[in-house]
Amino acid sequence: MELLCPAGSVAALKAAIENGADAVYVGLRNETNARNFAGLNLDDLKLAEAAAYVHKAGKKLHVAINTFAHPDTWQLWQHAVDQAVHAGADALIIADMAVLAYAAERYPETELHLSVQASATNLAAIEFYRQYNIKRVVLPRVLSIQQVRALARSTDIDLEVFAFGSLCIMAEGRCYLSSYLTGQSPNTFGACSPASFVRWEETTDGRLESRLNGMLIDCFEKHETAGYPTLCKGRFDVDGERYHTLEEPTSLNTLSLLPELYKEGVKSLKIEGRQRSPSYVASLTRVWRQAIDSLLTDPTAFEVQPAWDKLLASISEGSHTTLGAYHRAWK
Amino acid sequence: MTKESIQPLKFTIGPVQYYWTKQQMQLFYKEAAASKADVVYLGETVCAKRRELKFSDYMDIAMMLREAGKEVVLSTMTLLESPSELRELRRYCDNGEFMIEANDVGAISMLQEQQLSFAVGAAVSVYNHVALRQLLQLGMKRWIMPVELSRDWLSNILHQPLIADVRDCFEVEVFALGHLPLAWSGRCFTARSENRSKDQCELCCLKYPKGRLANSQDGKKMFVLNGIQTQSGDRYNLLNDLPSMHGLVDLVRISPEPEHTFYWLDQFQQEKRAALPQGDCNGYWHQLAGLNQIEVE
Repeated sequence: MELLCPAGSVAALKAAIENGADAVYVGLRNETNARNFAGLNLDDLKLAEAAAYVHKAGKKLHVAINTFAHPDTWQLWQHAVDQAVHAGADALIIADMAVLAYAAERYPETELHLSVQASATNLAAIEFYRQYNIKRVVLPRVLSIQQVRALARSTDIDLEVFAFGSLCIMAEGRCYLSSYLTGQSPNTFGACSPASFVRWEETTDGRLESRLNGMLIDCFEKHETAGYPTLCKGRFDVDGERYHTLEEPTSLNTLSLLPELYKEGVKSLKIEGRQRSPSYVASLTRVWRQAIDSLLTDPTAFEVQPAWDKLLASISEGSHTTLGAYHRAWK
Repeated sequence: MTKESIQPLKFTIGPVQYYWTKQQMQLFYKEAAASKADVVYLGETVCAKRRELKFSDYMDIAMMLREAGKEVVLSTMTLLESPSELRELRRYCDNGEFMIEANDVGAISMLQEQQLSFAVGAAVSVYNHVALRQLLQLGMKRWIMPVELSRDWLSNILHQPLIADVRDCFEVEVFALGHLPLAWSGRCFTARSENRSKDQCELCCLKYPKGRLANSQDGKKMFVLNGIQTQSGDRYNLLNDLPSMHGLVDLVRISPEPEHTFYWLDQFQQEKRAALPQGDCNGYWHQLAGLNQIEVE
């Protein structure tokens, strides 16, 4: 069972490897990946440095090229595939069927993983993508553990699941909420609720408003911790009731599901967070390494250590975590 | 290119996105049959628990519409999660009579296997000419563009040599009136709005034939909750943008709402330009935030 950790910089990548990641995933410094944030991600030189470092440690490097190509700049996505392969990436994480076809034809030896952004939530969809010679599918975060189990038992393709981090509650790659409010699509630009559209304003009575492109996402009382205005984590009014209409600010945490995921043969546990700092990556990698090692020592005796949960909660959105869609009651 | 400016636009009625009673559905499709729509899409696209109409009911309506002279397309589920949903999808794909609108690549996989032609729905991520050409090779006959794309983006795709060469092998349809389908989740937001879990939803969507509106705290329309689907708070309305569709688009979709669907169909068919009502938007078509309303010259 692989521990796959995020890195938005070479420093974060080193932190992941030093603390026990089996593999690290990164993106290039442009809109070809779904964490296209200012100051984040790797250019050509850094990518080569990252690959050398990871390989020296005997670990693997995955490169996410997981947005959808614009017709005018299609070459940029092709170039990203070329760059990643030439830098020595062990796997490419791709969503767009155009990019998949290009990579499969041009580099038949390169391992291709179907990105979560491709939204393959069912066996027939997985079958569809097999024509691009994919070796692994990253499952969307909309599935319950029962659905993950059913999929695992019906396909021989490798499965990767999200284990920890920010929680997308919509089927990924098919969510247009952010472009509806800002005009910039996560699918093509690579950022949801982009920082350039965020405004914080203090009201006259001392409350703090968070806005996305002028639209009010939430308003915090003095005693409340203000969260980033990701639009699906806002508080809205429905027939006079004000609540987190879609989802609370919270992070996904599947530590308690580890034995089940292991039993079903899930190949890789993905940690979200390429936008996070090296120290964040270091601390959560350490926890997940311990948890997986403990699981592998004796799967039947596995117990979540309170210290692990405590640390993960402390670095989570809104300081608490959820099982998300894995747990049916969440739905 | 023979398509340029010659063909008149065709008008379609999209699948009903909301959960309506069987009676309301039957009344709606009677009206559709009597309308001047060219194409009618029908089938459940949002939630597998919505079973007021069963497969056989939809087939009966489809036959009735065909007899009324409509082209009929069966729309299928967008978010497919379980083996039982795939079995139901297979029944639609095997119907033997009507073309399928595939709203998930899972459906494309089944149709491709049977060498059937199909329409690719707006929730399938097709953003460029290369992907479009691949789908064409697999049997696509009609492409409903993702709702967030603009006229410029569409034009750009269609004028790439890879597509321009085969442009008369498929049709292009644009979602032009109705609340935009913006997202699908594992979670049911209508059930959540009633403090229920999805498993205990008691089919509460039936109570909200146009979904539930979520406003921002300062009273602006944000989203419409429609079960596991989230829609735009504002209604999308490209009535005044029809002139910019000629020669580019083949079909224009009117998405059913509980009221005035056929009124708007008439307005569109007659291209009756008018100031858009407040609360209607057309930003996406102009490559802006979807919720913008742009006055068209």
